[in-house]
Amino acid sequence: MSKSNFTRRGVLKTGAVAGAGLALPTIFTAQSGHAFTNDPTGGSVTLGFNVPQTGPYADEGADELRAYQLAVEHLNGEGDSGMLNTFTSKELQGNGILGKKVEYVTGDTQTKSDAARASAKSMIEKDGAIMITGGSSSGVAIAVQGLCQEAGVIFMAGLTHSNDTTGKDRKANGFRHFFNGYMSGAALAPVLKNIYGDDRKAYHLTADYTWGWTQQESIAAATEALGWETVNNVLTPLASTDFSSYIAPVLNSGADVLVLNHYGGNMVNSLTNAVQFGLREKVVNGKDFEIVVPLYSRLMAKGAGANVKGIHGSTNWHWSLQDEGSKAFVKSFGTKYGFPPSQAAHTCYVQTLLYADAVTRAGSFAPCAVAEALEGFEFDGLGNGKTLYRAEDHQCFKDVLVVRGKENPTSEFDLLEVVEVTPAAQVTYAPDHAMFGGADASLGECNNGA
Amino acid sequence: MDGLILQILNGLDKGSAYALIALGLTLIFGTLGVVNFAHGALFMIGAFCAVTISKILNISYEVVDPNQTDFLGNPLKVKTPYVESWFGPEMGTSIIDWSVPLAILLTIPVMMLIGLIMERGLIKHFYSREHADQILVTFGLAIVLQEIIKYYFGANPIQTPPPEALQGVANVGAAFGMDLPYPIWRIVYFCFSLGIIGAVFAFLQFTTFGMVVRAGMADRETVGLLGINIDRRFTIMFAIAAAVAGLAGVMYAPINPPNYHMGMDFLVLSFVVVVVGGMGSLPGAVLAGFMLGILESFASTTWATTTLPGINQIIIYLVAIIVLLTRPRGLMGRKGVMEE
Amino acid sequence: MLGLNNKDTKLLIAVAVLTLLAPFILNPFPADSAMAQFNAGYPDLMQRFVIFGIFAIGFNILFGLTGYLSFGHAAFLGIGSYAAVWIFKLFTYNVVPAIALAVIMAGLFSVVIGYVSLRRSGIYFSILTLAFAQMSFALAYSVLSNPKFNLTNGETGLQVYSGDLQMFHRDSLPDLPHLFGLSMRSTYNLDLGAWSFSFNAGYYLCAIVLMLVFYLSIRIFRSPFGLMLRAIKSNQTRMSYTGLNPRPHTLAAFVISGMYAGLAGGLMAAMDPLAGAERMQWTASGEVVLMTILGGTGTLIGPVLGAGFIKYFENIFSKINDSILHEWFAFLPDGLENFMVFIVHPFIGKGWHLTLGILFMLVVIFLPGGLVEGGQRIGKWIKNRGKAKDSGATTEPAE
Repeated sequence: MSKSNFTRRGVLKTGAVAGAGLALPTIFTAQSGHAFTNDPTGGSVTLGFNVPQTGPYADEGADELRAYQLAVEHLNGEGDSGMLNTFTSKELQGNGILGKKVEYVTGDTQTKSDAARASAKSMIEKDGAIMITGGSSSGVAIAVQGLCQEAGVIFMAGLTHSNDTTGKDRKANGFRHFFNGYMSGAALAPVLKNIYGDDRKAYHLTADYTWGWTQQESIAAATEALGWETVNNVLTPLASTDFSSYIAPVLNSGADVLVLNHYGGNMVNSLTNAVQFGLREKVVNGKDFEIVVPLYSRLMAKGAGANVKGIHGSTNWHWSLQDEGSKAFVKSFGTKYGFPPSQAAHTCYVQTLLYADAVTRAGSFAPCAVAEALEGFEFDGLGNGKTLYRAEDHQCFKDVLVVRGKENPTSEFDLLEVVEVTPAAQVTYAPDHAMFGGADASLGECNNGA
Repeated sequence: MDGLILQILNGLDKGSAYALIALGLTLIFGTLGVVNFAHGALFMIGAFCAVTISKILNISYEVVDPNQTDFLGNPLKVKTPYVESWFGPEMGTSIIDWSVPLAILLTIPVMMLIGLIMERGLIKHFYSREHADQILVTFGLAIVLQEIIKYYFGANPIQTPPPEALQGVANVGAAFGMDLPYPIWRIVYFCFSLGIIGAVFAFLQFTTFGMVVRAGMADRETVGLLGINIDRRFTIMFAIAAAVAGLAGVMYAPINPPNYHMGMDFLVLSFVVVVVGGMGSLPGAVLAGFMLGILESFASTTWATTTLPGINQIIIYLVAIIVLLTRPRGLMGRKGVMEE
Repeated sequence: MLGLNNKDTKLLIAVAVLTLLAPFILNPFPADSAMAQFNAGYPDLMQRFVIFGIFAIGFNILFGLTGYLSFGHAAFLGIGSYAAVWIFKLFTYNVVPAIALAVIMAGLFSVVIGYVSLRRSGIYFSILTLAFAQMSFALAYSVLSNPKFNLTNGETGLQVYSGDLQMFHRDSLPDLPHLFGLSMRSTYNLDLGAWSFSFNAGYYLCAIVLMLVFYLSIRIFRSPFGLMLRAIKSNQTRMSYTGLNPRPHTLAAFVISGMYAGLAGGLMAAMDPLAGAERMQWTASGEVVLMTILGGTGTLIGPVLGAGFIKYFENIFSKINDSILHEWFAFLPDGLENFMVFIVHPFIGKGWHLTLGILFMLVVIFLPGGLVEGGQRIGKWIKNRGKAKDSGATTEPAE
């Protein structure tokens, strides 16, 4: 029973579609005439800032975006140039990148790998972004890094702390300035040993996902090497809001240190709960009970309020640093926005400058040329002292800060104080370290895309 | 043994929040027949009442202190709350210190007002619509409420500590010769919840108003035929349910710092609680709330997670499935409710 | 044509034309104009429109016809994606076996979950599916991604590594998902004056699949089986009294819609070889419910419209930022410009959730039949004004 209603018009239409179909094989070639994806042809170049604008990390994303806007201003020669003045490489002249005005597009990662990839793709496919940067979690960073590798653009990671980003998931087109779990452990352990002694029993609460595991592994290894004992490691669901049932067993476990391998809302709640249960007033094995939060962020410390006082952790950067680069950055950021930048803002700002500088030195936007310029690049004046972008895994090696919650903050921003600046040499590891994918991990081939 | 009792306490504490939210949901469902997906948002707004009060009390004037510098190297502006200058530093500090209990006074009228506006302005028009439409519109409302809160308060959690006198731990097992340190505020929260639950039940059981409402829940038409304006009473019940959610939230703020998405975090759980308890059954909601809280705590123990890795992730859902398959209408549900 | 009546044929043809010409339709603004912000005709978003359209069409077969509201369909989408990526990892980048396995796996899981959940009805059924989906999410996100038994790669998402087996992969084939050698990423860009249009191989694969499953869904809607499903929705008791057992039919509908979800998941992985656990979360299930209701429950075209609406917001509105706003309002005097930016600011960029929430509420309050009803009202209005005799591709609800 055919109810065909072919009309002359319909046939014509069908014919046209079929014709287009026949032509497909010949025209299905990639954009010709460009040696790489999104080669900027006009007088401007577009960068893609992919940050969490909704979801639990929206505040960090907002701070990252502020830093990016500041970086773009400085690259285009507006404002007070911030760290351009202190950066040891003097290639950037404030006339954009290679004379092209810097423009940007923004997107929302929602802190979900799918959404982050969708947003990054739209920047690459629709807006012609030549570089993607940003993010506030490792899952997103790794997912977007993989996408950029396939698409043939450079990815400059934002806040991502998992070992995997430059470990087993490292990519030739991806670069990370932020520090990682291993570095946190290597920097924290000696300080903890000095303050709390080498005979400690640690109880770990760990967020039950990739970042939590690598962080826990790193901290446990570093502290055990110095004589600590790991009593227990309990995995907590990411969706947990109340940690009382995980904290209560700590009371009678015989442990005298609690390590909270949590970030964001998890960290705020678990720390609040631990303090509620009186762990800080407890004395176990004749020693004061201590809490450690290996990865600190000032924005999150604010959420935890007075509970952070005296609690140690590590951080990538803090606005109270007194080197010229940090001072310059805090000044231009603070003048523009009225409050000091977070570590997420710092790493994002620096990544943008580093990318622009690498393009300038390479004399080309081609991702492979940029990658080559970044590999093995040594610089200073961007806030963390002398820094190396290691060629083997695209990880920055620089000083790591050990910080402590301040006892008497003078303002709402003054929550952490720097206890020690751990030199880069102490947190450096071999590129084929077992925690970083071992000998199997490889960057793969750099991809110029189209 | 001590550990076990501590976990029961934890469970009762978590269960208090579940029970209060589920109680409100069931009140709304039982009276108006509406599935309110914005109930988690009401809980969240309650918590933010505490934040608002503490912000208001902390409104400060600034005095430039030339001896100190801020992060830009300019002279530091030292902030002093007006409350402290009005009532003297000591009195002022203690007022700020007691901001969460003070917030209760604000929460009740605010939440009742929000409840009234919600019911009269929006939900009223959805009585005759499908449950799916009710879910969608209240879900949309939840998103809007939560985004408004995020716009003003940011996405990060905001620490709202309890009064200093109620911080710290108390040994709840002292009377039995056991060493059971437990946070005082959590004990307060549990007692407070019991009080609210008791008050709601007493209100329904022993007042004429409550009696009419119960009659209306059982047979709306007949009560209407008797010349009683049942709709207005149901509207008031909606406001009361909103206030219950708000009170659950305001007292919860010191336990875990409130953030804008805490309502959504509780929403799914509280629906599971309601369904496990049985749609439309108030005692069922309360019972299921405490039961699931305790089970969740037990599943988080080291013993449980080493025996069955990941059990703490799925326990609530597993229990929901088992209960629903063995008891078709939850623990105390009535026949024919929401089975269409 | 194809065993359809006149109206349905028109609808199918309309959908075919719309999907095939989408690169033109979705890119109405010149690439360099300020309005280019609203263009949606780039490969990734077009793929998403179509894939979520498929997902929603499938969901509608269950929800629209039988009235069973599942809050766990995203789990099947996730399972489909994981299955597809495992094919990529172990065997080949060819998308055909990957999509096939995705559909099969989703089908198997939906048989099990459906069999258990359908023992209850109403909200009890919804909560059961929600519970299953949340369990799948928790398992995929953490429990099944531990180093000893890594099935899902957790937070990072399952992806293909260079060290993977890929038994049937040859060097001559693209290193990305492909259809017998035609890479899903290959795109032809057509520049016509100021306009730019992209034709993407992956999109056209999705579009063809969409037409097929749309045709299938019309056939299901019009079949005796579809009628049976509607009977379940309107009065299950009466149906049992006539001697018909509703459960096998509901289960069949559940499994079909689960397979649609698996197909969507497989296509998602084929377009972008990564499977993340978030796509299984209850919010993702909620999203497809919203798409279906927003578009028009029980209508044929509604779910596709709803999917497009939500994805458009997610990807276009979230990208508008303050500097773009300033560009738009640059023609106004300075004070007024800042004022306009200030007014619009809360609703764009990080505020897109707020806008979406408000629009949801407006649609639900004023258009109970979803966007389809809106379209019909406009169509009627135009007809009544007598300006146009035929309002083009009108769409009819199924009932």
